[in-house]
Amino acid sequence: MNSLNRIVIFGATSSIAEHTVRQLVQRGASVYCVGRNADKLATILADLKVRAGAGQIIDGIDADLTDSTQHPALIAQATTALNGLDGVLIAHGSLPDQKACEADTNLTLQEMQTNALSVINLLTLLANQFEAQGKGVIAVISSVAGDRGRQSNYVYGAAKGMVTLFMQGLRNRLTPAGVDVVTIKPGFVDTPMTAGLDKSGPLWAKPEQIAQGIINAMAKGKNEVYLPGFWRLLMLIIRHIPEFIFKRMSL
Amino acid sequence: MRAPRPLLAYGNGRSYGDVCLNDQGTLLQTRQLDRFISFDPCAGLLRCESGVTLNEIFQLIVPHGWFLPSTPGTRYVTLGGALANDIHGKNHHAAGCFGHHVTAFELIRSTGEMLLCKPDLNSEMFQATVGGLGLTGLISWVEIKLLPVQNPWMWVESHRFSNLEQFWLLNKEAERNWPYTVAWIDCLASGHSRGRGILFAGKHAANQTQLPAYQEGSLKVPFDPPLSLINGLSLRSFNALYYRQPVKPQGSLCHYEPYFYPLDKIQHWNRIYGHKGFYQYQCVLPPAVAQDATAELLVAIAKSGQGSFLAVLKTFGERASVGMLSFARPGATLALDFPNRGAKTLHLFNQLDAIVSAAGGALYPAKDARMPASLFQSGYPDWERFAGFIDPEFSSHFWQRVTK
Repeated sequence: MNSLNRIVIFGATSSIAEHTVRQLVQRGASVYCVGRNADKLATILADLKVRAGAGQIIDGIDADLTDSTQHPALIAQATTALNGLDGVLIAHGSLPDQKACEADTNLTLQEMQTNALSVINLLTLLANQFEAQGKGVIAVISSVAGDRGRQSNYVYGAAKGMVTLFMQGLRNRLTPAGVDVVTIKPGFVDTPMTAGLDKSGPLWAKPEQIAQGIINAMAKGKNEVYLPGFWRLLMLIIRHIPEFIFKRMSL
Repeated sequence: MRAPRPLLAYGNGRSYGDVCLNDQGTLLQTRQLDRFISFDPCAGLLRCESGVTLNEIFQLIVPHGWFLPSTPGTRYVTLGGALANDIHGKNHHAAGCFGHHVTAFELIRSTGEMLLCKPDLNSEMFQATVGGLGLTGLISWVEIKLLPVQNPWMWVESHRFSNLEQFWLLNKEAERNWPYTVAWIDCLASGHSRGRGILFAGKHAANQTQLPAYQEGSLKVPFDPPLSLINGLSLRSFNALYYRQPVKPQGSLCHYEPYFYPLDKIQHWNRIYGHKGFYQYQCVLPPAVAQDATAELLVAIAKSGQGSFLAVLKTFGERASVGMLSFARPGATLALDFPNRGAKTLHLFNQLDAIVSAAGGALYPAKDARMPASLFQSGYPDWERFAGFIDPEFSSHFWQRVTK
């Protein structure tokens, strides 16, 4: 079991991350929140300060995480502010417009930068710091979309798939050092990121429910978690559809 | 893409009728506006976004020794909804409505204008929005003054009364001495026992050397039964048994959750009425005629044979409400839940309407799904003045129904 008393969150203004950090604060954690939108971040920090007890540190900074050159300074600031790190949650990302990406190579590469490369840059830096301290938990929000490429969102899927695979290797490397590497794969979640989609149907989950699953996975040092859990079975089936059939399906 | 107009805010959907519905336009769901903005635990001043529920507020403030100064019968309503319906609680005679404790709020109009409203700043818009059924714009945050308490417990006495006359005497006495009073009545009893029931008087508990342990159990109605479980037989048995429950005139400690929110314990309790659902009928009757009109209503209900297992009678205090469309006003309020039996139930409501209308009373929009426009307009004489404050891009199913 990992203690989750000092956590840095990248992409703290995402709905899933906000609910996760809220529940972490309720568990008594000190948190450092990095988010892109300064106003939204200020609102969230104010909310967390109301919820926090005496002695809990609630701090943060606004930053554009697609700019990888800032990453070392951000990690250093968080580590100083919290007086060390027990864990990190990387939650930033965007949901690309697949059709627009197909028509624009720059946009496709930019989405790769946001959803994959910037995450990998952070992970590379954090991995060394956590390996040296010999404990802690590194969690990343990937996606079920990264389990198999589909015509409707393969730019997002490929980026998340890269993150998932990178995390696998990192887990293999850091396990001997006593560091847990946790890949979170949420299914459909009712958040502002998915505002344009039809949310009727039984597959949609609430962000607070996902947040609980994330904290549980981080505390227990799980490897790959599907949230809610039924997605594991669903994706098992989807991964095993033979490619000669899958390529003709409209998914 | 421009969302279809009109607009209307929708909080946690706990109104019983169509004040939060808008089938021609777009609902603005506010539950994601669920952040606290500031809390001063010394002064008891709380500001939060309008989608925060009263339950979430209680979890924050009660351990700090604060309480909401006015609360309805469920804690699963949003702060914005509480303001827009200017809700009242069992302590109306002592503390007024919710709106009396609001120190400020922000209203976003469809023009993009953000109006800061306080009792003495943009005061007309303040009075229009408190109890304004969400029609004046989107309430983005609300600031309220809280009530200090010693602990989460209540000291509660219960007294049985054998008819309506006894209720009025007992209630008058209780109101003088207790901040919270409410009575359950057996609306099926007739003759000499007409209006029999139990009066619950409560106050926040004093400091205790040892607080009892408390754990709220949670029950759930898992699905809609094919037929309403509330029928003549079950009602009569329930009411007869409930009336005979052991009362505690000597008083006892009761946790605030079961005291204020007995139904919150049962998730989806509304399902017991089956897929046809239920109507609530809540009226207020002016003081001079309250006793006679209440008796008349009970006679009409008993005669119809359609009863309510939740029949609640309470008197409001003298304090005038803040809002132009606020429901609470001096007099007595009677609230009843009826299973929906179609034409038969609506026919009974027409009879009840006639009594309320003759008494010069009004029905509660937050609980209503069927009141005729004429009764709304006579019960809310300020409605035309209020209409001048409505945001031109906002409306609701309720508003269109009662202003036809």
